[in-house]
Amino acid sequence: MDFLAPLIVSSLGAGLALMISIVDAIVNNYGEVEININKGKKRLKVKGGSPLLQTLAAQNIFVPSACGGRGSCGVCKVRIFSDVGPYLPTELPHLSKEEMASNVRLSCQIKVKKDLQIELPEELFKAQRFKGIVESIKDLTYDIKEIRIRLVEPDSIDFLAGQYIQLVIPPYGKVEQSVQRAYSISSPPSDSGHIELVIRLVPGGIATTYVFNHMKEGEIVEFVGPFGEFYMRNTKADMIMIAGGSGMAPIKSIILDMIDRKIKDRNVWFFFGARSKRDLFYVELFRTIEKDWDRFHFIPALSNPNPEDDWTGELGLITEVVDRYLMSKISKENEKEAYLCGSPGMINASIQVLQKHGINKIYYDKFA
Amino acid sequence: MPRIDPFSLLIASIFTSNVLLSYFLGMCSFISISKDLKSSNGLGMAVTLVMTITTAANWIVEKYIIQVWNLSYLRYILYIIVIAAVVQMLEMIIDRVSPALYISLGIFLPLITVNCAILGVALFMQLRNYSLIQSIFYGFGSGLGWWLAIVLLAAIRKRIENAPIPAGLKGVGITLITIGLMAMAFMGFAGMLPVQ
Repeated sequence: MDFLAPLIVSSLGAGLALMISIVDAIVNNYGEVEININKGKKRLKVKGGSPLLQTLAAQNIFVPSACGGRGSCGVCKVRIFSDVGPYLPTELPHLSKEEMASNVRLSCQIKVKKDLQIELPEELFKAQRFKGIVESIKDLTYDIKEIRIRLVEPDSIDFLAGQYIQLVIPPYGKVEQSVQRAYSISSPPSDSGHIELVIRLVPGGIATTYVFNHMKEGEIVEFVGPFGEFYMRNTKADMIMIAGGSGMAPIKSIILDMIDRKIKDRNVWFFFGARSKRDLFYVELFRTIEKDWDRFHFIPALSNPNPEDDWTGELGLITEVVDRYLMSKISKENEKEAYLCGSPGMINASIQVLQKHGINKIYYDKFA
Repeated sequence: MPRIDPFSLLIASIFTSNVLLSYFLGMCSFISISKDLKSSNGLGMAVTLVMTITTAANWIVEKYIIQVWNLSYLRYILYIIVIAAVVQMLEMIIDRVSPALYISLGIFLPLITVNCAILGVALFMQLRNYSLIQSIFYGFGSGLGWWLAIVLLAAIRKRIENAPIPAGLKGVGITLITIGLMAMAFMGFAGMLPVQ
């Protein structure tokens, strides 16, 4: 008799599982629904029942999402004009009052159950999924690596210098779910068969730990993109660029793109802040550029150099250096715009300094 | 089968043998959710619904599986499997039928799976040898009793929010004292309708 017990328990379990599946199939069948994007610019016929983020991704529209749809990053914001019910407790921490007033929702938390009217930035229609091979992994400093990826499928990418992609990190070790993380492209758009990323190790970070400890040359990786509003504006204004650490990436791409497009009639000051000499990289590259382009100025600054660094360049926090330059060395006559990339602290401090000098056209890419 | 008519059982399980205030089952969610009247109402409703359905479902499992195959040593496991499956199905159905209720129940509905009052009522039903009809009334009544208790507590907590309570007793301290007083008040019903 005893041998029957496991059989009975598993049969009961199987029977209940079957019932759950049947209820799921009946109850969660929302049939075909239509998603109307940007007032009819694009109409998608999709199967209802899944979250909006995943539904759009299945249609090759990739709304940026750093956490991969778990409601923790708050990036995947979309304006929804149809009634999709009240705000969920999972959405509230990520939305401001203004956003709620203008129908912004987190697309990973909204289930597609009926016809929806939504609004998306047009640039997202261009974003797609890419497959590439890791061609090289180079150490730029002790905690920053340069990853160069050769595109395979599709074999080229069209982006604006300064934009970013989202690298897909596969499950590894104890990390059971695939995650996506945003990284700026550091190579210029002319090198359309490759993308290059500058990645700084975040201790304990899922993605950077993967890149530093598990990624191998020759490995196939996937990413989604391009995304972002951080790119060079086509004006004649002088450019003040400020970066710290891996914030170097989009600025490098913009500068190389300007050289490719022969835009050498603009004055460019590129301030790069680091703690000590071992945090500096690409210095040779920018020194070479400086030699061929008289309007380009590269100003690396150290805030806390070691005695053995033998540093003769600029000293102090990057904001102090920018302040000094704007006060004395940079002509006040021309109109100016600023491009910043780095930690939120650096960006906020830089904005204050720039505004003090009357610079209000400030574009930035903040990464936390 | 005890000779007690289902209606008396219903009244008894709400008042005289309240699962929460007489047996102290389902305390964790009782204390944590009763801060807010609206959530308490939602949770009470969910507990009542789940309790009624799972008690009936477990009665069927008891009668046609456990007793037939002499599997009393697997009773806890089987009851819990049934409760988990019923909660899963209910979650899907409520999401479809009433998204507003689904959102207001939020995380509470899946958490009911581990509410000990649900398992407790199923085990009492078995222990006291109730019939199917008695079990349904008992499950429903116990749910209503739990609902009544949590709504009462939430209302009291709302009132004592601004009361001058010694600092050390604020929060859980005064809540536990309140629950004790409520339990004593409910003891007043105890002799009126015995359910054993």
